[in-house]
Amino acid sequence: MSLIDNLARLEAVATGRAQPRATTRHRHLSQRPLVLVPLTTAGEAGAPLGALVGTERTSPRLLVVPQPRDRDLRFTFLAQLADTVLEYVDSFADDVEAAERSETDPETGKRVKVEVELCQDAPQLIVPSRAGIDFVRLIGRSTRFRRTAEQDPETPYPAPPRVPLLGRWLTHFGERARVPGSSLLVAMTELLSRHWATGQSSLEDQHLGALLAWIEAPEGASGADAALRAELARDKDGQLLCPPAGPATDPAFDNRLLAPAIERYDRARGVLATAEDGIEADTRLAALAAAEREIRSLIESRTRPTWDAVWRGLDALCTLPEAPHAADRWTRDRWSFTGHRDRVRAGEPPQPRIDDAVTAANKLAAREREQARLEAQEALDDPLVMAGRRLAGEAFEGEVTEVVMAYSESRSPRPRPLVTVRTDDRPHLAERAKVYRSLQGKPQTAEFVTYEGEGLVVLRVTDKMGRGKEPEPGSVPGKGDRICWTLFEHEQRGGPGLPDPEATPWTHGGPPGDAAERPDPVTPEDIL
Amino acid sequence: MSPTAPFDRAADRASFDPGAAAARATDAILHDTLHGAQRGVVVDSPPGAGKSTLVVRAARELAAAGRPLMVIAQTNAQVDDLVLRLAEKDPELPVGRLHSSDPDAYDKALDDLPFVRTSTKVTDLAGLDVVVSTAAKWAHVEVSKLDAPWQHAIVDEAYQMRSDALLAVAGLFERALFVGDPGQLDPFSIVGAEQWAGLAYDPSASAVTTLLAHNPELPQHRLPVSWRLPASAAPLVSAAFYPYTPFRSGTDHGDRTLSFGVPSDGSGPDRVIDEAAEAGWGLLELPARNTPRTDPEAVRAVAQVVRRLLDRGGAAVSERGPDPTPLTADRIAVGTAHRDQAAAVRAALAELGVADVTVDTANRLQGREFDVTVVLHPLSGRPDATAFHLETGRLCVLASRHRHACIVVCRAGVSELLDDHPSTEPVQLGVTVKFPDGWEANHAVLARLAEHRVPWRP
Repeated sequence: MSLIDNLARLEAVATGRAQPRATTRHRHLSQRPLVLVPLTTAGEAGAPLGALVGTERTSPRLLVVPQPRDRDLRFTFLAQLADTVLEYVDSFADDVEAAERSETDPETGKRVKVEVELCQDAPQLIVPSRAGIDFVRLIGRSTRFRRTAEQDPETPYPAPPRVPLLGRWLTHFGERARVPGSSLLVAMTELLSRHWATGQSSLEDQHLGALLAWIEAPEGASGADAALRAELARDKDGQLLCPPAGPATDPAFDNRLLAPAIERYDRARGVLATAEDGIEADTRLAALAAAEREIRSLIESRTRPTWDAVWRGLDALCTLPEAPHAADRWTRDRWSFTGHRDRVRAGEPPQPRIDDAVTAANKLAAREREQARLEAQEALDDPLVMAGRRLAGEAFEGEVTEVVMAYSESRSPRPRPLVTVRTDDRPHLAERAKVYRSLQGKPQTAEFVTYEGEGLVVLRVTDKMGRGKEPEPGSVPGKGDRICWTLFEHEQRGGPGLPDPEATPWTHGGPPGDAAERPDPVTPEDIL
Repeated sequence: MSPTAPFDRAADRASFDPGAAAARATDAILHDTLHGAQRGVVVDSPPGAGKSTLVVRAARELAAAGRPLMVIAQTNAQVDDLVLRLAEKDPELPVGRLHSSDPDAYDKALDDLPFVRTSTKVTDLAGLDVVVSTAAKWAHVEVSKLDAPWQHAIVDEAYQMRSDALLAVAGLFERALFVGDPGQLDPFSIVGAEQWAGLAYDPSASAVTTLLAHNPELPQHRLPVSWRLPASAAPLVSAAFYPYTPFRSGTDHGDRTLSFGVPSDGSGPDRVIDEAAEAGWGLLELPARNTPRTDPEAVRAVAQVVRRLLDRGGAAVSERGPDPTPLTADRIAVGTAHRDQAAAVRAALAELGVADVTVDTANRLQGREFDVTVVLHPLSGRPDATAFHLETGRLCVLASRHRHACIVVCRAGVSELLDDHPSTEPVQLGVTVKFPDGWEANHAVLARLAEHRVPWRP
């Protein structure tokens, strides 16, 4: 954690309220996000218990699996989830604009511009916490290889028609969420802790209720007390007043409320199955419906507070203006969405279980590039973030006190003006270190020449001064200008190309086999 | 495994001829490289074991055998250094230096070498016996633009190269010699790569890990002798960081001495200097305290030790010659864990009027050699022991840069800190557990340093 974040946390402790870590909102927020609050069954990895999902704050859709170990009920849940999610995703798919992308021409091998479609907007999934993102990924992984009866009439447990497609989309969202700065799938706790520092540890910040308590604490009230209450306070029945944001549930809830309710449901089902005539079955069906209603209301009582908390978090985030570069990153999200839409439409198979060597390396390189880009863009967009970088010695701001014209030594001398900057910051400038400033949105490079006494840095400007012998007007800093120089680059260069997967070299195991991935074989455990 | 196990040193020395052992290893490596049937050869080299010498020799022999050779190093400084060494050994060997189009992309000293050609385009260097560049620059060379891939490659510092960097260049060569030090810092990525942990081609793993996972039959060699580390340091570094692949020092106790013209003034820095000159190790221990990373007292103590090292007229005698060489600023280095610590030490040194002493982080000191190093212990003053600070390679780099003596400056209480923070990194399926873990290596080094402890309250 950086020094400025430590300071913000200390201030939050001292004042009892969350302190800003940013002055602008560094993530794009959709006008119409899909909020998903999932719950999972304790002790059953990947067995959903229920969810609240929807785009309308006041009317979420409640989905419940009354007996989480029942495969059919689980499929019903996934089918319902697929209806909501896919309808939402599809609503963005056809609203497109024309765009250009450079592709390699397969015949000439040259880079050429191609006209393609780019979706004007993209879906945005918001879950309460990081564990929610993992859960989305898990559902994606467990459903994308499922076979429907239409795909494979022989399959013993066919999935409902749209469930594998849901899995592919959730997998795409889950993978995209690993890209720094992306916003297709975001966790509310991460959004909030990016913009506010609380007086608790970052581990405690993963509790949405506690985090919001710090942020929403009114003037004079103690966020720490409110956070403690959100974490620990229980009612007279021993239930948490503020249920955890999930997907895991509180054991006290599981043991005292949920387990007995599920037991009653099971019993009602058993009794129904043994009904001997229509009238008896009707009464027993009513009893079963009542048992299911009871579970539904239990699930709703645990998810609704989190649902409301997510929307309150959105309210808090919307008080900040969106950072200029966030739109640029959202455009990349739109490309990502459009790309996956095209792959689905082209009938490509689901994402493989394991990346091949080239795909993994490409993903890692892209994410490292995005991370560097994100760090630079956030600092350029936000003086508070830049202050953190300045405090860390990675940037400095100061007034230009002197500009001396100088030229490079070559046959056609080029302008290389020497600029003296007075600064109170302490940048870690190595010999001939490069520094950058933003000149009309483009980075201009200078190199560190020497220190000239306390707080005086001499720089030599090296580019963006036009082609002539005299620098273009406005391209050289003037005396009295206040300029922020960074030691980090503003823009990221693209990395080198990697071989095609078919050309994977011997050091990395050679080309991957071309056999299409088989769905999971059914094992005895699947039909317990 | 204890480095202090008693044994008859004289008898042992008599049976161990470091020069011969090193020569045997080198011959076997060159034989496999030139005549072996396998596409790759891996050489593990402990600190200062003559890795660069091996690379230069292998390059010359491959060139002499008429095999076009590409050399892949990791940084521009390493590439320039290699080209200079090649030219020094064999001034008429045609060498190409492929470089980027940045200004100052390469050392201007190369321009003075008549048989070295520099270019940004690989086609300009076609036909030269040896072409040297960084992995990053090689990655931009497209194999389809070449007449044929290189018959042979040497990958230097292969343990510091990431698997994805090797993936980008491996299509350029048929066979390769991979040389590196497994004990130094592993490559890292600035974003999480847990997603691929356990895969044979995990892009964030080291190039050698991936290479051996896919080609376990490749011959692996080891250089058995460290010519850099003195007899006082090799057993500790070997036992703490290379427990299953031990190595020896090329010199014996007494082959190297460090003496000072100006006697000690009795201060902490002077006492620790004398201890280190005598024993090869010195620990200047400040009172226990939790401090910020740039602990002002510890930083000042480091600077004072360096100042006194220079003021006291040090002279180093080694096996290289009978005459003492003066201990000058360029023969001293300061190592830290973090860049802001390095910056703070530089500022403190400037205040004491010291210039030209190398001050850098472990990452940047890799592969370098000095007579005396002063190390700010990575765990000094910390309230916690994170994976970063426990990383075995970091401590190994810091503790193995010296030819004569290493002085560690540290707050008391690190041993207790280690006991309070056992390693808790998540276990990843399919990932080979690396030995030793940083926790154990730290304890081993601390136990030895404790024997040369000089407590001091500044």
